[in-house]
Amino acid sequence: MSKFLKSTAILTALSLTATPVWAEKFGLGRAALPEEVAAWNGEVSADGTGLPEGSGDAIDGEEIFAAQCAACHGDFAEGIDNWPKLAGGADTLDHEDPLKTVGSYWPYLSTAFDYIKRSMPYGNAGTLSDDETYAIVAYILYSNDMIDDDFVLSKETFFDVEMPNADGFIIDDRPKTEYAIWSGEPCMENCKPAPVEVTMRAMVLDVTPQEEGAAEPEAEAEAVVVAETVAEPEAEAEPVVVAAAFDEALAAKGEKVFRKCKSCHEVGDGAKNRVGPVLNGIVGSAAGSVDGFKYSKPMAAAGEEGLIWTEAELAAFLADPKGYMNRTKMAFAGLKKEDDQLAVIEYLKSYGE
Amino acid sequence: MAQNDTSGTSRRAFLRGAAAAGAGALSATAAKAATPDPLITEVQPWAQVFGDGVDATPYGMPIEYESDVVRRNVEWLTADTTSSINFTPIHALDGTITPQGCAFERHHSGAIELRKEDYRLMINGMVDQELVFTYADLERFPRENHVYFCECAANTGMEWAGAQLNGAQFTHGMIHNMEYTGVSLRTLLEEAGLDTAGDLKDKWVFVEGADASSNGRSIPMEKALDDCLIAFKANGEALRKEHGYPVRLVVPGWEGNMWVKWIRRIEVMDGPVESREETSKYTDTLDDGTSRKWTWTMDAKSVVTSPSPQSPITHGKGPLVISGLAWSGNGAITRVDVSKDGGMTWETARLAKEGESKALTRFYLDTDWDGSEMMLQSRAMDETGYVQPTKAQLREVRGLNSIYHNNCIQTWLVRSNGEAENVEVS
Repeated sequence: MSKFLKSTAILTALSLTATPVWAEKFGLGRAALPEEVAAWNGEVSADGTGLPEGSGDAIDGEEIFAAQCAACHGDFAEGIDNWPKLAGGADTLDHEDPLKTVGSYWPYLSTAFDYIKRSMPYGNAGTLSDDETYAIVAYILYSNDMIDDDFVLSKETFFDVEMPNADGFIIDDRPKTEYAIWSGEPCMENCKPAPVEVTMRAMVLDVTPQEEGAAEPEAEAEAVVVAETVAEPEAEAEPVVVAAAFDEALAAKGEKVFRKCKSCHEVGDGAKNRVGPVLNGIVGSAAGSVDGFKYSKPMAAAGEEGLIWTEAELAAFLADPKGYMNRTKMAFAGLKKEDDQLAVIEYLKSYGE
Repeated sequence: MAQNDTSGTSRRAFLRGAAAAGAGALSATAAKAATPDPLITEVQPWAQVFGDGVDATPYGMPIEYESDVVRRNVEWLTADTTSSINFTPIHALDGTITPQGCAFERHHSGAIELRKEDYRLMINGMVDQELVFTYADLERFPRENHVYFCECAANTGMEWAGAQLNGAQFTHGMIHNMEYTGVSLRTLLEEAGLDTAGDLKDKWVFVEGADASSNGRSIPMEKALDDCLIAFKANGEALRKEHGYPVRLVVPGWEGNMWVKWIRRIEVMDGPVESREETSKYTDTLDDGTSRKWTWTMDAKSVVTSPSPQSPITHGKGPLVISGLAWSGNGAITRVDVSKDGGMTWETARLAKEGESKALTRFYLDTDWDGSEMMLQSRAMDETGYVQPTKAQLREVRGLNSIYHNNCIQTWLVRSNGEAENVEVS
């Protein structure tokens, strides 16, 4: 311990008890202000500690859920694609492939409030009010047939809700059920009946990702080419063709940015409308004009009034979707960085109609 | 250059390479060359002219010939890559330290960018003085260095019901092993003071990250005061953003989900929060429908990393290095056995170094391969006497509906041409 620490320790008032071993304090950091603790100390515990004032019911919740959650979780909390299903699955836990939802699996209702309030909506976390959160939780409970539509969920009524799988958990019992059995000197010879046979092969399923052109012979050849003279740098560099109106490098960057959009939008050959409309040819097209996509009312109206997705309009929309168009169905929080907006637009430009 | 054809996961491509090389297998004595090797007899460009200057690469990446040694993800596993996982290319690595650049990532809301200057760590709840630390504050506490593995509880989870993914990277790659530098969590908790908490036996800390998922987890105080680390360096350099830059929590031997990245708050509490990640996820449903919770420890486990489906034998019969990794969240690995016949007979492998507690251990079995088919398995033992179970043993206790904590013995079927595939055996 340095001299500095010793002197700090002397200056710091020490309170010793039997439990902590550490006796010295460093005097580092500063006291947290009540406002700071309040801002971050948001979790809700199993016993209800942390539940805020406010309330909501399933009827309010249905509308909020449709706007904030249904893009991934479905209108009826049934889940879209691989996104979590929040309803259903009652009595499936002892079946093959059990369906684990708030209704069928979650032991505490506090967990739903806590998670939704702090971590949802996905991509726009922490933006729901307490009333909205109560209403969404109520709607999820209603979707699981756990409450009636006139049940008002609040701090006061929270524990009136019975969680069907509340008693379905045991604390880790591996020391007793596993460690005691799987120990000691293991078998080294004649450990099982001969002959050992293959009973299952991963190849049959064929779900392992394959990479296109991962080991192209050309790529290998390039690496081991034996040049007789000093290789000219010019000969090695691929000529980069830059089209006047299209920046390939920027588009490549945009492809990465587009990952944030991919959960809802498809682009390219065979792209389909999903949670959001297909984006082929979107740059320069009229707003709200993709065939077969059900737009929000304001988006459809904007298109009818002649809004064209110029690069500037798209950038403004992408920067702050809800700010640009109130009540758009696009739940995305927006691309804050201008570079990202431009890059993703450049990427979209590479997909015409 | 058939050897180089093992790049990538393109099975067809590397199997082609393997078959070609296997055909030219050599006998036990050193071979004679028919013609002089031009790589030796002719002056090669690299032996004649300049390579890169010292200003070419201020921060180096692996040479292009190693471009296949990368993290890979399995697209069908998750709805979106921002709440997903990728896999360490363990089939292509050796030793025990995982380079940060190819160490698996698991995010619940994407890898955020948080500057040190903007970083704050709060300690609140049942402490004598609620505190806020800056990054610079953390650097002034006494530091510790420790090597620990971090394994996702779901590692090998896709293999519960049957052999599914063809490659050690995919079956066992949700793991990395780094040397962490940081401050013990105990030091910070005691800086805030634990007198207020009273009896520490039934107390917990709740930890959360600064990202949008916040990923809150409850950790019993006993563990928090034991060996948890507030880490800011890994393998000597700053954490990568995907691993929680600038500061993450290290919870040695326990499931990776608890190693909260971008950690921003530690709250001392009188009970667990029962957050989403400790109730609806990271719990283990047994055959009868009841589920285990608080299954934090990662039990002893091992896998042969080479040969394996992505790392076939390309040299034919003769000397062969069988290599793999073993680890235990309950302590040090003391022994690894390897079977070539699907678990009928076992030989004890050589540990490259004595096992370290809660860190990866490398094992080798130096063998003379006769070119016949092998059903390769490895079986780890740790200092508690625990022996890594077979899939059948695990299923007998837990059934088929489990996801997490699959530490079963893995089997690779290695064919006489050197190709390997993921199988289950009787």
